[in-house]
This record gives sequence, structure tokens and C-alpha cells, in this order.
Amino acid sequence: MKLLYFAWLRARIGTGSETIELPEGVRDVAGLVAWLRGRGPAYAEALADLAAIRVAVNQDYVDLDHPLAPGDEVALFPPVTGG
Amino acid sequence: MRVQEGDFDPGAELAALARGDEAGGETEVGGLASFVGLVRGTAGGRPIRAMTLEHYPGMTERKLAEIAAEAERRWPLTGTVIVHRVGRLLPGERIVLAAAASAHRAAALEACAFLIDWLKTEAPFWKFEEAEDGSGRWVEARDSDRAAAARWGGLGRG
Repeated sequence: MKLLYFAWLRARIGTGSETIELPEGVRDVAGLVAWLRGRGPAYAEALADLAAIRVAVNQDYVDLDHPLAPGDEVALFPPVTGG
Repeated sequence: MRVQEGDFDPGAELAALARGDEAGGETEVGGLASFVGLVRGTAGGRPIRAMTLEHYPGMTERKLAEIAAEAERRWPLTGTVIVHRVGRLLPGERIVLAAAASAHRAAALEACAFLIDWLKTEAPFWKFEEAEDGSGRWVEARDSDRAAAARWGGLGRG
């Protein structure tokens, strides 16, 4: 699956995108975030506050309990500030 | 609906909307309402050097099209236009144009406000401000923007 990070999440994690296999046991967005936090201090810090994170799966906003499938494009980013 | 690095010409965009170019030559246009957003020269009372706009290619275009479609569903419009810039912009530069055309002014004015209110909470753009001393910070989302979007119902989720 493809993971995308934007704005300060990208800056803190240190990359804007990566491709991973859907980790075993991860069923939804919350599970993926918990798994990512275990990958190192940069991830743990960037993903510490779930209230500060918005999630899109296949380019649509979703909630944390949204199920994940192999091949999904998952984007994590802060609340949007355009306009 | 366009996302681009370069500047746009509001006059030319509005002229196209008035002619109904998008609709193949519209004759029912009675008025246009437009909003042009600019880079403010200050943030929190301090001067800024530049503002960099980042976006999520693909999802951005999709969300802008959805927002325009929603406006056309809610009001009797003859056309809409949204142009949003990305990249590094200087104070005073244009960031965004949102405009709506209709047979009558009320629909155009309301739809224009809706377009920019929803864009601000739904379209995946982020602003990074550079201060005069070279330090930078990501702009935080504002509750007032969420409230402005919420008044139209169907609150944006971004």
C-alpha cells in the first residue's frame, strides 16, 4: 500500500511517501497509525496526537475505524489550511 | 477547477465565466460573484517574507470538483471557477480565485461564499509561513474557518 504524508507530518517523519505491505494484524486506520508509531521516534512524535491528524484513503476523508485493504492509498496530514 | 504554480488573471477568468465558455456559450448569465485571496503581509502582527502552499495532487483536484458540483446542486448557477496556486508566494500575490455565475445576484453571491468556505476546510492544501528572520511555521487551521464552513451544513472533514 502507498502511504503519503503532508505538511508538518511529512517534515517530522522525514519523507513524503513510502510503499509498504499492509502489516499483518492491521485492519483499520487506527491500527495502521499504531503500527507506524512503533517504527521509530520520528513516527511516534509525528503521530502522537490523533486529534491533530486527518486521514484520507484513496483520496476521500475517512474516520479512524475505516478498514484498510492491500493496494489502498493512505494519506496522513494535519487539518487543511488552503484558500 | 485548476491548481497551478503560476499567477492567474482574475479579469480573464471572470470574462470566460460571463461568456459561459465552460457551458458552451451561456446566455442566461445575469451576474458574477468572485473572491480573490491574497498572501497577507503579516501574521500575528509580524511581517512575513513568503508563504509556501503545499497540496495533495489528485485529491485536491477531486475535492475542488466536488465542491463546485455541490455548489451547482444547491444554487441555479450557469458556471463556477476555482483556481488555486501552489508553491512559494510573496506578500500581495494572489493565492486563490473562487467565482460563481447565475441569472441573479443572490445565487451567485451565496455560491461564491460557499465555494471558498468549503474549499478552506475540505481541499487538501497547507500553508507554510516564512518570517522575516528566516524562521518558518506551518499555519494552523482556524476554528473560525470551520464555523464558516459549518453554516452551509455538511461540514468539511479536512
